[in-house]
Amino acid sequence: MFPHEENLIRERLGKEPNEVEKAMLEVMWSEHASYKSSRPFLKLLPTENEHVVLGPGEDAGIVKFDDETWIAIGIESHNHPSAVEPYGGAATGVGGIVRDILCMGARPIALLDPIRFGPLEGERNRYLFQGVVKGIADYGNRIGVPTVGGETEFDESLDNYVLVNVACVGIMRPEHLVHSYVTEPGLKLILVGNRTGRDGIHGVTFASEELSENAEEEDRSAVQIPDPFTEKLLIEATLEAVYTGKVRALKDLGGGGLTCASAEMAGKKGFGAVIHADRVPLREPNMAPAEVMISESQERMLFAVKDEDVGEIGRIFEKYGLEWIVVGEIIAESRYVVLWNGEKVADLPIDLLTDVPTIEWEMRPHSLESNAKTPNIGFKEAFELVWGSPNVVSKRWIWEQYDHEVQGRTVLKPGRDAAVLRINDEYGLAFVADGNPRHSHLNPYQGAMGAVAEVVRNLVSVGAEPLALVDNLNFASPEMPEVYWSFAETVRGLADAAKAFGLAYVSGNVSFYNEVVDRPIKPTPVVAGLGKVKLEEIPGMGLSDGLLIGVIGVTRRELGGSELYSVLGVEGGFAPKVDLGVERANAEAVMGAVRAGLVKAVHDVSVGGIAAALAEMAVAGCAGFTVDLSGVPAEMDNPIEVAFSESHGRYVVAFPEENLDALRALFKDFAVIGKAGGNEAVFLWNGMELMRTPVARLEEIHESLPKLLGEEG
Amino acid sequence: MVRFAVVVFPGTNCDFETERAIRKAGAEAERVWYKTSLKDFDGVVLPGGFSYADYLRAGAIAARQEIMEEVKEFAREGRPVLGICNGFQVLTEAGLLPGALRPNKTPRFICKWVHLRVADGETPFTQFYEPGEVIRMPIAHAEGNYYADDPSKVRVVFQYSDEEGNITDEVNPNGSLLNIAAVANERGNILGTMPHPERASDRFLGSEDGLRLFKSMVEWARR
Repeated sequence: MFPHEENLIRERLGKEPNEVEKAMLEVMWSEHASYKSSRPFLKLLPTENEHVVLGPGEDAGIVKFDDETWIAIGIESHNHPSAVEPYGGAATGVGGIVRDILCMGARPIALLDPIRFGPLEGERNRYLFQGVVKGIADYGNRIGVPTVGGETEFDESLDNYVLVNVACVGIMRPEHLVHSYVTEPGLKLILVGNRTGRDGIHGVTFASEELSENAEEEDRSAVQIPDPFTEKLLIEATLEAVYTGKVRALKDLGGGGLTCASAEMAGKKGFGAVIHADRVPLREPNMAPAEVMISESQERMLFAVKDEDVGEIGRIFEKYGLEWIVVGEIIAESRYVVLWNGEKVADLPIDLLTDVPTIEWEMRPHSLESNAKTPNIGFKEAFELVWGSPNVVSKRWIWEQYDHEVQGRTVLKPGRDAAVLRINDEYGLAFVADGNPRHSHLNPYQGAMGAVAEVVRNLVSVGAEPLALVDNLNFASPEMPEVYWSFAETVRGLADAAKAFGLAYVSGNVSFYNEVVDRPIKPTPVVAGLGKVKLEEIPGMGLSDGLLIGVIGVTRRELGGSELYSVLGVEGGFAPKVDLGVERANAEAVMGAVRAGLVKAVHDVSVGGIAAALAEMAVAGCAGFTVDLSGVPAEMDNPIEVAFSESHGRYVVAFPEENLDALRALFKDFAVIGKAGGNEAVFLWNGMELMRTPVARLEEIHESLPKLLGEEG
Repeated sequence: MVRFAVVVFPGTNCDFETERAIRKAGAEAERVWYKTSLKDFDGVVLPGGFSYADYLRAGAIAARQEIMEEVKEFAREGRPVLGICNGFQVLTEAGLLPGALRPNKTPRFICKWVHLRVADGETPFTQFYEPGEVIRMPIAHAEGNYYADDPSKVRVVFQYSDEEGNITDEVNPNGSLLNIAAVANERGNILGTMPHPERASDRFLGSEDGLRLFKSMVEWARR
C-alpha cells in the first residue's frame, strides 16, 4: 500500500485501523487483489456478444456452447510463487484456477499451461523449468483434469525468473450456475476443505512487488502448499452440493484468503458479514486472528447456504471426508465484522475492503523498432538453428508427463494447433493459448493484436469457429512509465483485434511487478481462446504423399522478434503487423475450405515461419515434401527472409489436386508451392536446391528436448 | 441387462469415462462410492486414478478398504473383476493378481499411446481379440513397471510391442518384466491392465480397440 492510500483509509475510517483491520486492508488493497492500476484500461475490452453468458466480474466467465451446455473459462498467473518455489508455485496455480471454474458450478475438464523461462543453458533455469512442469503434472494428474496444451518459451530476458500462466475450462448445465455473491441476508457461510496454515500469508502483497535477489530465502512463506488430493475431493463434493440446488453463493479462497472471499461474496450487492475467525480449523497452533483472516492456504471453498440447508450440505462434505464449519453469516448491514472468541477484533465498512480506488501512473511512449539487416547466412544453417531452437522443438517431454487424456474427451492431443475436447457425439470444444513477448517487446500494440490473431488462426486450423477469449497480462512494474505505456498499448491491441473478429473477453488476469532486481520482463500478454468444432470436420496437420502444398497470405519483411533473429542475435527490426481485415478474411476462407472438405491438412504459420510450419507438417504426417519458396506470395526476394518471416495472416494447407480450383476461388493471396511425398524435405528457390534433409532427421531434431535438458547423450 | 459397478475411491478419476465405455459396450454401469455395497451387480471394475493420492504405495490403501472383501467374493465366485491402471495396482496390492507395479524405469509419470500385442485371447476380457493381434491404447501412469518373482506362473494378457507385434526393449515404456502390460488370474476372471481401454473406446479419441475389451467382458457376464 502507498502512503496516500493509507491516509485515504484513515480518512474514510475516521481512525487508525487496528492490527487485524490493517492486515485485511493491506491484502485487499494490493495490486494483485484489486487491479488498481489496470481497471481503467480493462474497461476498453469488449465483453459481450451472442456467445457470452457471463463476462468478467466473477471468478470465471461463462460461454454458451449450446442450449444444454455452458462452458466456464478462466486464466491465472502464478509467476511470483513459481519463481521462488517452482513446484509448489506452479501446482497451486493449477489448483486456484480449477477452483475458480468449480465455483461457477462447472466441472473442470481441461487445462492449458503457457509457461516461460530463461535459457535452458542456465542451471537454475533448468531447475525452475523441471520444477514447474512437475508441479503442473503432479497436481493436474491427481485431480484428474487433463492438461491438453499450452506454450513453452525460453528467453534470455527471463533468466532466473518464470512466467507460469494457466487457463482452465469447465462444463456445466445452465441450471447449475452459481454466482459468487449473495442476494439475501441471513445465509450461513460454510468454510470447507483444507485446514488454514501460515502458508501464503501476504501472498497477494508479495505478488504485488518485484522480487529481490534473496527472494528464495525471504519469500517462501508467501508460497502456498499444494494438496491435490483434497482438491479432488473438493471438486466432487462441491459439484454434488451444487446439484442439490441449495447453494446460494460459492467462492474459492484464493488471493486474500478468507477476507477476500467473504468480503466480496457479501459486499457485491451491499450486504455485510460476520466472521468467527476462531472457528477456522488450523494447521498450526497459535495463529493470530490477522493470520487466519489473510492466509492463502489452498483447497478451501466458501459456501453460502440457508440455515435449514446447512446439515444437508455438511453431510455431503462428510461423505468425502472434508472438514467443514459454519464460519459466519451474511448480515443486512454493509459492515465486515471479525469476531475472535466472541470479541470483536475488526469492524469495517465492507466497501472499504472491496472498493479500492484506482491509480493511474505516468506513461512514456517508446519504441525499440528499427531497421535491422538479416545476416548473410546459408539456408541450411539458418534452418537448423531455428528448427533446433528450444522454442520450436516438440514439447513432448512436457506433455507426456501430463495426463492429457483423463476424462476421456481429448480428441486433439497436445502438439496440434489447438486441443479439441469432445463435448457430445457431434461437437467438440477447441482450446488454445498464445502470446509472443518478443513481438510485444518491439511493438506492444501489434504484439497484442498478434496474440489474438494467432489464437484465431489456431482455432480455425482445427476447423473451429472461435467463440470467446480470456487474457492474462504479465507485465513489470506499472510504476515505470514505459511499462505502463506498453500495458495500455497492449490492452488497446487486445480490444481492437477482438472487435475485428466479433469476439469478447469473458475473463482475465493481470500480473504486474514481474521483475527480478530492476530487470523488467518483456510485455507478455497471453490470450486463450475457445472454439466450437464439428468432430467430423477436424482437418489433419500432417502431410501425406501426393497432396499439393499451398500457402495462404502474404509474407512480409517482418523478422523483428522472430525466432531467426533471436537465434542469430539480431536486435531490432519491425514486429509483424496485423492487418485485421486480411486476418479475418483469411480465417473465414480457411473455415470455408475446412467445412467444404477441400483441405486434408491445415497448419498456421507462426514462430519459425513457413519453414518451421512445413517441417512440422512433415513430421506430423511422416511424409516428405518438395517446395519452391520463390513461389510464396512475398514482398521480398531473400529466401531466408521468406522462409523465416513471422508475418501474420498465413496458413499452410495440403490438399488433393482436384480441389485446386475451388481453393483458388476462396483465397485472395494463395499459391501452390510444391507437393508432399517421399521421405525427404526439399526446399528450392527458383528451382535451385536450398536444402535437402531426411524427414527422419527433422524428427530427430524435433524430439531433442530431453537432450537439451541433458537427459540423453 | 447385466450391471457393472465402477468403484470410486477418494482420488479415483477415471470413473466417468469407464462408466461411459461399459454402457457403450451394452451393459448397465453405475459409479459406486467405496462405502456402498456391491450386491445386485454382476461384475466390478476398479477404474484408474490416484486412490488416496497414492499415499504409501499406489493402490495400497484402497486395497485395504472393506469393499475389497466384496470384490474378493466376486472373484471367488468367478464373476468378472477388471482393474484399470490404479485399479490394477489395487488388485495386486489386494493379492488378487500376482506381482507388483513398481515406479517406471524413468521415474516420471508417462501418458502416451502404445501398441500392445494380445498374448492371451482366451480370457473373458479378450475373447473378441485375435491372439497375436496388435492393438492401440494409451497408458498414463507413474508406477506401471510390472514385476513378478516367477513370470512363468503369470497369465500374461497384453504385452507392449511395436506396430508389428515385436516385443522389444525400445517399446517397453516403463521397464515391465517381459513387456507385460496386462495380466489375468489363472481362472481368467480377474484382469489387471495398465493401458486404459476406456480411453480407446471412441473413434474420435483415436481408437476403439479398448471397447472390445468391455464388449468381451459384458458378453461373458451375460452368459
